[in-house]
Amino acid sequence: MNRRDFLKTASTAAVVAGTGVAAPAILSPARADARKETLLVVSESGPNNLDIQGVGTNVPGYEVSWNCYDRLIGHEMKEGPGVVPYYDRDKFKPELAEDMTVGDMSATFKLRKDAVFQDGTPVTAADVKWSLDRAVSVGGFPTFQMKAGSLEKPEQFVAVDDHTFRVDFLRKDRLTVPDLAVIVPGILNSQLVKKNATEADPWGLEYTKQNTAGSGAFKVIKWTAGTEVVLERNENWKGGPLPALRRVIWRMVPSAGNRRALLERGDADLSYDLPSKDFAEMKSAGKLKLVSTPYSNGIQYIGMNVNKPPFDNPKVRQAIAYAIPYQKIIDAVMFGLAKPMFGAPADAATEVAWPQPHKFNTDMAKAKALLAEAGYENGFETTISFDLGFAGVNEPLCILLQESLAQLGIKATINKIPGANWRTELNKKEMPLYTNVFSGWLDYPEYFFFWCYHGQNSVFNTMGYKSAAMDALIDGARNAAATGDAATYETDVKGFVDLAFTDVPRIPLYQPYVNVAMQPNIGGYQYWFHRRLDYRALTKA
Amino acid sequence: MLTSFLKRLATAIPSLIGVIIVTFLLTRVLPGDTAAYFAGPAASAEAIEEIRVKLGLDKSLPEQFVDYVGGLVSGDLGMSLTTGQPVVKDIVERLPASAELTLLGLFVAIAIAVPLGILAAVRQGSWVDHLCRIVATAGVSLPVFFTGLLLVYVFYYQLGWAPAPLGRLDVFAVAPDPITGFLLIDTLLVGDGETFLAALAQLAVPAATLGIFALAPITRITRASMLSVLSSEFVRTARASGLSPYKVVVAYAFRNAMLPVVTTLGMVFSFLLGANVLVEKVFAWPGIGSYAVEALIASDYAPVQGFVLAMAILYVLLNLLIDLLYGIIDPRVRIEG
Repeated sequence: MNRRDFLKTASTAAVVAGTGVAAPAILSPARADARKETLLVVSESGPNNLDIQGVGTNVPGYEVSWNCYDRLIGHEMKEGPGVVPYYDRDKFKPELAEDMTVGDMSATFKLRKDAVFQDGTPVTAADVKWSLDRAVSVGGFPTFQMKAGSLEKPEQFVAVDDHTFRVDFLRKDRLTVPDLAVIVPGILNSQLVKKNATEADPWGLEYTKQNTAGSGAFKVIKWTAGTEVVLERNENWKGGPLPALRRVIWRMVPSAGNRRALLERGDADLSYDLPSKDFAEMKSAGKLKLVSTPYSNGIQYIGMNVNKPPFDNPKVRQAIAYAIPYQKIIDAVMFGLAKPMFGAPADAATEVAWPQPHKFNTDMAKAKALLAEAGYENGFETTISFDLGFAGVNEPLCILLQESLAQLGIKATINKIPGANWRTELNKKEMPLYTNVFSGWLDYPEYFFFWCYHGQNSVFNTMGYKSAAMDALIDGARNAAATGDAATYETDVKGFVDLAFTDVPRIPLYQPYVNVAMQPNIGGYQYWFHRRLDYRALTKA
Repeated sequence: MLTSFLKRLATAIPSLIGVIIVTFLLTRVLPGDTAAYFAGPAASAEAIEEIRVKLGLDKSLPEQFVDYVGGLVSGDLGMSLTTGQPVVKDIVERLPASAELTLLGLFVAIAIAVPLGILAAVRQGSWVDHLCRIVATAGVSLPVFFTGLLLVYVFYYQLGWAPAPLGRLDVFAVAPDPITGFLLIDTLLVGDGETFLAALAQLAVPAATLGIFALAPITRITRASMLSVLSSEFVRTARASGLSPYKVVVAYAFRNAMLPVVTTLGMVFSFLLGANVLVEKVFAWPGIGSYAVEALIASDYAPVQGFVLAMAILYVLLNLLIDLLYGIIDPRVRIEG
């Protein structure tokens, strides 16, 4: 389509802008009009795949899936920290399913009869079954995420009739229903995708990589990898009230300084993941609307390999926990934009919640004493590793830690690991001392602990930590949650949090913030567990 | 002429084969496990292995090399995992963006540097000569990303003269269907003046950034080479014969001073292709340099190999062009060749 045709066919307002002179100082009224219904988002990197169920889909790709596909259910909103609408972990609302009945060993969904895919075909239970079968069969991350809610086999998914769909439970698991509301189980147009599937690619992953085939509120009309994604509103969307935005243009601007300049000059509408320093400065300048929300169920931590000396000694780990310059890290590295996870008062009781602060604080005398008790009064030599992909935070953090450890006689060399190699190194579980972030989509303490502390030794249990007592508490809490045994749940959660803080295989530092900067006329920003944007709620005044 | 051209072309083939082998090996030696990267944050060892098999990374190096060369012969450079597109498609889409930027940058640099260099040589010791020295010093001492950020800060952020550094076109402008891929040419071909101006406005600052970077070597070489020619005997003879200073400088001296300048241009062009990587990052330019860097960070082999190969071919062609230019400037080269 050339530009002239485009002018004729496309909606008028959005296009008049095409004639605008490319000088930001002169904003023509027509151009201003066009911009009213178009959101310009700038971010560092873009998607490599439009389908979250594809192979190696990166995090920006999740954002496309979230906005272009409907799931059976979504979450209600509640007021969160900083008065930003925050997804309500415990309350579900219909998307494709207008009704949900959760029984003892199954959940039944009544589908909306009026819902259609972007090409006009009605959404049926067969599409839902095919999509969920696909999610548990393609392998990799989508299958793994489904498993987190005990969704593992195609036999679990039953299309009762055209508009009734049932999920049979393999076992009782509190996470089954919430796991149906994450990004992965989006419903695809099975007829359309099957038509584009091949023998080598039975699930049509090649097609959905380039095309959106959902019933969601938006569809991708143009995608230039690494440069821009253009999304347009699906006028036939039935999953909720029609979004205010007609179009979203998402451009990749690798330089953080330029993203800030674009915002400050009013050329871009919204940007997230700006460096904390820029964000703090913009906040004090007060010209833009800035929102910081702590990561749900996410923590930046210092991890230690518990299987090798010297960190196999709990006293050494406690000594490190007393030697970390916590407040300095919050101030100098995060510019105050993080929620401290340290220094809880000594008499404070453990809460039935996660994340929560531990009782360590910076106390070099105690650290020295503990180290002496462990037999390392002269310190030792070690390395601190970090992911160079997040050097902006990790590097100053590790330098502060290095300085602090030096006071104990611990000679730590900093080991910078390139982003591409970081996961390989984590998987080996050989790094003695390192910093990293973990954040779980499902915001439940037992979920976090199952991945990070359980003896099943998942990738996220980066410390190689194994403890029978810990496993019993985590399994106990999972069981209690599934059967609704509140008393046992409370004891077990408190139990495993306490144990994690006594054994300290990893030391929580802070909860990072999702920092979003937008023009004052942008409204409707919502915080989601996946931390990406929900275009459906955003508005532009 | 044609045989010498073909002979010259044939000598390029071994270099290309060398490039293919070296890049293949280099990308394999780099740290980073592609399979682990693309298996995602939650991958189990089996999932990583599955992806390794899918990507053919479980095969031995010679087998992988045979696969790679086999693909090359059929014009297949593999798939990019970072963009999810075939590498050939990515390069075809992005190379014109880089080429347009680099060529315009080089053009800006030549347009300023050559006259400046000549003037500096003719009026040695005058203010022009000092200006030439300042320009050359500034050009080499300013790293290209710094100049880029500085220009964005001044012309976009402070003054508001330049458009937003958002790539090749304003967000609301619609690009014409690619004909050559060069926006400036394509918009003119379809007669779209507005988009042409919009594209030119987007190009101005990044091209100036590259231009400033390229100024220094070109002015220095022009000046030095003019100086040596101006002091040679045939110029003295020409002057003594009463030819006008203009004729002496432009027709006699400059033509003879051109050879080293052209050689330098070839080198500067290849430096610019390297500098492009940073400029593209600063200006969100959808070019091939930023593409290669992103691929490198993600241990995505295919695009890196494709990029190096494309650059090698470009460089070989450029050298060929320069050799041919030699023949035009100085007929003696033709006879020897």
